[in-house]
Amino acid sequence: MAIFKDKDLSHSDRSAWDRKRHRQLVEDSIKKNLGDIIAEESIIGQSKDKKIKIPIRGIKEYQFIYGTNTGGTGSGSGAEEKGQVIGKNSSPDESGSGQASSGSGEEIYETEITLEELIDYLFEDLQLPDMERKKFFQIELEYKFKRSGFQLKGTQPRLNKKRTTIEKLKRKQMIQRDQENQEVEETPKRIPFHENDLRYSRLKEELHKQSNAIILCIMDTSGSMDQTKKYLARSFYFLLYQFIRWKYEHVEVAFIAHTTVAQEVNEEDFFHRGEAGGTYISSGYAKALEIIDQRYNPTVWNIYTFHCSDGDNWSEDNDKAVCLLEQLCAISNLFGYAEINTNRMYGSSMAKQYDKFLSLDNFVMVTMNSKEDIWAAFKKFLNRDVAPGGNS
Amino acid sequence: MTNYSLRELEEWNKQIEKLVRAAGLDCYEQHFEICSYEDMLCYEAYLGMPSRYPHWSFGKAYERQKSFYQKNLVGLPYELVINSDPCIAYLMQDNTLLTQILTMAHVYGHNDFFKNNRLFKRDTRASMEVDMFKSHANRIREYIQDPSIGPEKVERILNAAHGLKFQTRRHGEIKEPDSIECSEEGKEVIPLGLQEDLLAFLAEKGNLVDWERDLIHIVRKEALYFIPQLETKIMNEGWASYWHYQLLNELHLPQGLHLEFLKRHNLVICPHLGRINPYFVGFKIFEHLAKQPGGLEKIMAIRSEDRDHSFIRRHLNQELCSELHLFSYGIQGDNIVVTEVSNEDGWKKVRDDLANSVGLGSIPIVSPLSIEKGTLVLEHIYDNRELDLKYAQETLKYVVDLWGGKVELRTTLYNAPTVIYCNEEKVITTHG
Repeated sequence: MAIFKDKDLSHSDRSAWDRKRHRQLVEDSIKKNLGDIIAEESIIGQSKDKKIKIPIRGIKEYQFIYGTNTGGTGSGSGAEEKGQVIGKNSSPDESGSGQASSGSGEEIYETEITLEELIDYLFEDLQLPDMERKKFFQIELEYKFKRSGFQLKGTQPRLNKKRTTIEKLKRKQMIQRDQENQEVEETPKRIPFHENDLRYSRLKEELHKQSNAIILCIMDTSGSMDQTKKYLARSFYFLLYQFIRWKYEHVEVAFIAHTTVAQEVNEEDFFHRGEAGGTYISSGYAKALEIIDQRYNPTVWNIYTFHCSDGDNWSEDNDKAVCLLEQLCAISNLFGYAEINTNRMYGSSMAKQYDKFLSLDNFVMVTMNSKEDIWAAFKKFLNRDVAPGGNS
Repeated sequence: MTNYSLRELEEWNKQIEKLVRAAGLDCYEQHFEICSYEDMLCYEAYLGMPSRYPHWSFGKAYERQKSFYQKNLVGLPYELVINSDPCIAYLMQDNTLLTQILTMAHVYGHNDFFKNNRLFKRDTRASMEVDMFKSHANRIREYIQDPSIGPEKVERILNAAHGLKFQTRRHGEIKEPDSIECSEEGKEVIPLGLQEDLLAFLAEKGNLVDWERDLIHIVRKEALYFIPQLETKIMNEGWASYWHYQLLNELHLPQGLHLEFLKRHNLVICPHLGRINPYFVGFKIFEHLAKQPGGLEKIMAIRSEDRDHSFIRRHLNQELCSELHLFSYGIQGDNIVVTEVSNEDGWKKVRDDLANSVGLGSIPIVSPLSIEKGTLVLEHIYDNRELDLKYAQETLKYVVDLWGGKVELRTTLYNAPTVIYCNEEKVITTHG
């Protein structure tokens, strides 16, 4: 006679560890492909609830498999005829989104997450509690969100460990009571966490008094800044904007494009209009100072100035640029200089000129060579005492 | 459980078991475990084993199944049964009473098949398998917890071994590996027993430390346990479906349940357009054979002796081929084109195409060929089906991980001999 066993209530959530590790690998791959994900998004004016579709290349399990040009056998309706075309052979890489292609082992998942969740995941990596003690955040911060209660669903960063443990203990007591009542002798040795125990902090929006920030994006749009370099700059500015907006009530952005002369432009032009000509970096800095002077009083506004360039300045301008940079540093919360150097050539790099600023607390310099560097560069900007100042 | 009790299931099972014995099926002791939807997802991800070593690929399998169910791309299985003695089967608690009855009858079919089929008898030891998986899990956990090893190093080897898990002995007994003999020009020959077993070759001859070898042996042993199931998918499901159909017809179900049974059964064995539903093909072949004179004896012998390849070669005749509307297709340019249909001229080709693509026939064979000046040379046994280049390149990197040096793979791409080469830095070059 067969033996029947009823459902085991104390069953552990045995896949939890493996799922977590898989999730971690997926998140790593998101971060690695960050450039691709955000490069197409416009930087400002996005609602935080906007959903971004992120194709997650399933972390692949490579094996020797047959290619997509391999035939096969199937059952049909009986009406098939030799030579009849019964479908298209789309290679799985191109087979569009949201579909799990069958057979070949190539898998694409598509996750839809909100901009806010994406930012959440990314910023978790920055270990913010530590950062807040840093100089960068010594200005008074007004938190936009306040924890308020708990919910069953949420993102990993918002997992409330204390509440989750309480839920687990409650369940444990329940199981033990059940067992006493039913006079079952055996008590499970350990009761591990179950998915149903998880509790996440619910966040409630709270109005506080305003805190303002202005981001001044300065970019070299001279002939030497090609589309690839601008693409890197754009991805970088996107992160920056999201981060600063995350911290402040009210954020404004100004775009300054410069060649030998500087101009305030809109976002579209900033990233897409290429200009020929040479480079006076000082013109961009002068324009930034002018805008601050006219519209953003440093006593009211937190000023973040970022400059992306390929470092290819005309040498007669160097002294003037350094001088204006000094003035900008004096009034900015943070000044960041990102040198984009896609072909890794050492030319007349501005980086050397800026060496002396590295001792300043609010000056950061990074280099970006490819899209893999964006996240690292961004982290360095905001988590600067990991590698104080220096150029890598 | 919904509208029935465990007691009721036990009553139905008693009747089923009586019929199973009367039919002459020969089963291991049967254990049924009722489980929830989440548990079922878990068992599926870990292929039914109560205990399995940790690896992210199982987490991926779980997430994948879960998202597929949620999007209604696939249905949940009613049951999951593993090849073990006692035979363990999981029944999902949300099944209706009829589904449970049908599933129990179906499980006895699998149980008999596991116990009597030649491949399972030869390559698995049902009474020890659950313990084997458990001891593998314990050993790997020890390596993970060992401060001198740790999770990353274990994962690296497991990733590589998983990528090659089916590149192992396909059938036949294991020969003792001989030592590598040197022939002229520093070219070394692969020992006889390892020539068709890349994974065992790497475990034996790769530049590895002991725990790394052990990990490969573990992955290989578990693959060997699952290979008989791969090799008999159509037969096994056909056999179980054939018996659940017979047994439920003899059970004298009340009319309501009987109608639900017919509906459910037809869903299980319905053809999948353009693909092969193993339940459908297997059920139809066994049903056909059982109607022949001496049918019962004959199908009993077939379930013991055959695997899918020989089952289809021997028993899928022209009549069945055309009844099942089987056809072969090929790829011409961007199109999927019917190349052969099951008429008088074509059915043999259709039958052979199917026989050659079932079970391990769906996985290319890559074998160690020789070692030339430290470079491991692999050969893809080309049978007019080409490798997926991207996958081959990435898998080659796994071979480099285990071999600990340069590796080259000889294959045929676009009808021309091609060599894919991967050096220690994982740089790939491909020469057409």
